[in-house]
Amino acid sequence: MEFKHKDIIALRDLSKEEIELLISTAENMREVNSRDIKKVPTLRGKTIINLFYESSTRTRTSFEIAGKRLSADTVNIAPSNSSATKGETLADTALNLLAMKPDIIVMRHAVSGSHYFLSKKVGCSIINAGDGAHEHPSQGLLDMLTIKDKFGRLDGLKVAMVGDITHSRVARSDIQGLTKMGSSIFLAGPPTMMPPGVERLGNVTVCGTMKEAIQDADVVIMLRIQQERQGKTLMPNTREYSRYFGLNPENLKLAKPDAMVMHPGPINRGVEMSSYVVDGSQSHVLKQVENGVAVRMAMLYHVCGGELE
Amino acid sequence: MNLLIKGGRVIDPSQGIDDTLDVVVENGLVKEIGKGLAVPAAAETVDATGKYVVPGLIDMHVHLRDPGLEYKEDIISGTRAAVAGGFTSVCCMPNTKPAIDNKAIASYIINKAKTEGACNVFPVGTITQGMHGDRLAEMGELKESGCVAVSDDGKPVKNSELMRRALQYAAGIGIMVISHAEELELVGEGVMNEGFTSTELGLKGIPRVAEDIATAREIMLAEYVGAPIHIAHVSTKGAVRIIREAKARGVKVTCETAPHYFTLTDDAVRGYNTNAKMNPPLREADDVAAIKAGLKDGTIDCIATDHAPHHLDEKDVEFNEAMNGIVGLETSLPLSLKLVDEGLLTLAQLVEKMSCKPSELLGLGRGSLKAGSVADITVIDPAKQWTVTESALASKSKNSPWLGETMTGAAACTVVGGNVVFSGR
Repeated sequence: MEFKHKDIIALRDLSKEEIELLISTAENMREVNSRDIKKVPTLRGKTIINLFYESSTRTRTSFEIAGKRLSADTVNIAPSNSSATKGETLADTALNLLAMKPDIIVMRHAVSGSHYFLSKKVGCSIINAGDGAHEHPSQGLLDMLTIKDKFGRLDGLKVAMVGDITHSRVARSDIQGLTKMGSSIFLAGPPTMMPPGVERLGNVTVCGTMKEAIQDADVVIMLRIQQERQGKTLMPNTREYSRYFGLNPENLKLAKPDAMVMHPGPINRGVEMSSYVVDGSQSHVLKQVENGVAVRMAMLYHVCGGELE
Repeated sequence: MNLLIKGGRVIDPSQGIDDTLDVVVENGLVKEIGKGLAVPAAAETVDATGKYVVPGLIDMHVHLRDPGLEYKEDIISGTRAAVAGGFTSVCCMPNTKPAIDNKAIASYIINKAKTEGACNVFPVGTITQGMHGDRLAEMGELKESGCVAVSDDGKPVKNSELMRRALQYAAGIGIMVISHAEELELVGEGVMNEGFTSTELGLKGIPRVAEDIATAREIMLAEYVGAPIHIAHVSTKGAVRIIREAKARGVKVTCETAPHYFTLTDDAVRGYNTNAKMNPPLREADDVAAIKAGLKDGTIDCIATDHAPHHLDEKDVEFNEAMNGIVGLETSLPLSLKLVDEGLLTLAQLVEKMSCKPSELLGLGRGSLKAGSVADITVIDPAKQWTVTESALASKSKNSPWLGETMTGAAACTVVGGNVVFSGR
């Protein structure tokens, strides 16, 4: 199957088959990551710009490593050293970068939809490394790959997702991806963090309590409380949040015995999850990070046509 | 210039007329309406066969951006857009730079419109000085210098005590207060309507209750002090219900909506379309239905455009960064005519909402074709098809969500003070 998209901006835009293709390519890419010399010439001569308007450690590093392992030349631009600080618009920044003939721009931006805006302006490929509260497709794909690693499938699973759904781009990508693949999503979180109409995004059930969501779940995905975004109105404090929406060894027992626990990171230990869970046997958090590189290699590979040597 | 507008379907709610008639204009005034009238001396004849002849349309809510923001629009381009849309009078909101909070700015607008504008311009002054929301503007002098209402449009008067005093003061001097009803704490950083679409797009939502609460506050204050209040750009079903109930109680509340609120839903934002970004935001299907019901049952008195021109650079940006508002002067008539096609309004009711009522509310002395009235007349071709393109729009700004769409209905001839100022697309 041929991947026909110039850009990867949202899992909502991809078919089930295209998602399967990206995941299976990532599975193959993992072989490269386990070699002594972790490099293949696949994207030799290609230039990738990592344009991160929001701070990021793991996603930016993961994309950079992914590009380098495919032999692409990668350049990192952060807001503090970009012309954005001088008032340049996103479109002008992109057009100037485009004049330097990159093949791919990997961008993170605080404004939902900014990648679609950019995509109309530039001819090179755009990969979304997170846009506002819209989508984070590479995280969605790596979550699916991690789940598939454990269960060998993505259909027929009960996936609980707990936390700030409203502000979570991870939640939107996970919902779009997992429901397309046949999983059922059960959401829980403070009502102040549950966006209206979220059930209509796919096979999604909004639960009244965390207990209801994680009961008999195969997968429990805990979302980060973005303390910088909560202001003073969405929850009383992290203590109360942790009490009602935190995952600990006790309430994890409600899920299936072999349930896997995931978190997109960075984790607020003791708030979203207790350290016993983060470091426990059911945690797949570091596996997610590991899979991130393979998934991003697959994304870079396919937007470049997927037919290079 | 004398004028004979011949053989059109004359619809004048002020006289209960709906018949095929001729209209004779002499010396800038309507002289006579009747059948088979003789051509007056030195008259131009407008053949209105198959067309509607109505009192000149009045848009009580536009932004002309002059002075201060002329790169978006100015009095010349804005009034050209107005007459191309069939409007003979527009009321311009005071959020110019500087704001219309003093006699000098009001006089500048009135004088420039008289000498260079294509139609009548009636300025709306501010409620508070500089629209800063802390001291009442000099409403007496604003009225004396020609302002027909006061409003801090673009933002609400947050302080309820100040709004109460504004209503009392304005009522005392006989000038209408137009409220931009919005509870800003609830709006927060919202950029579109809060609902399923905002959830899917990951954009911060503006809850409908932000408009409902502010509308309720304005009505309660107006009721308490016994003063009239006009609510601008109503967009929610809640606001329609609150206004309907208040009217039934006898509160002196009136309101307007804009064509986008009875034509589009927040689905238009999909694709992060900045030409669908406005304030209040486009709402949902049940709000659109409520707006239509409010128009039909008379809860909504007027159709205004909230014509809000913005330069390309202010819209061709990421969604959050884009300015609110769309141009509307040239698309209002065809979009409003759809209400007649749908059987929601009669033609007379439409003319009432687009001409008679705005004139009555603001005391403009227009909205009628009675003999002796100022000859502000719009001849409408209901069958005219035209496509909304950047080059077709007379406005300096092109920020319309209908670009590329074909509209049915347009002004065939716009007459201001007896002069033909526009004669068809």
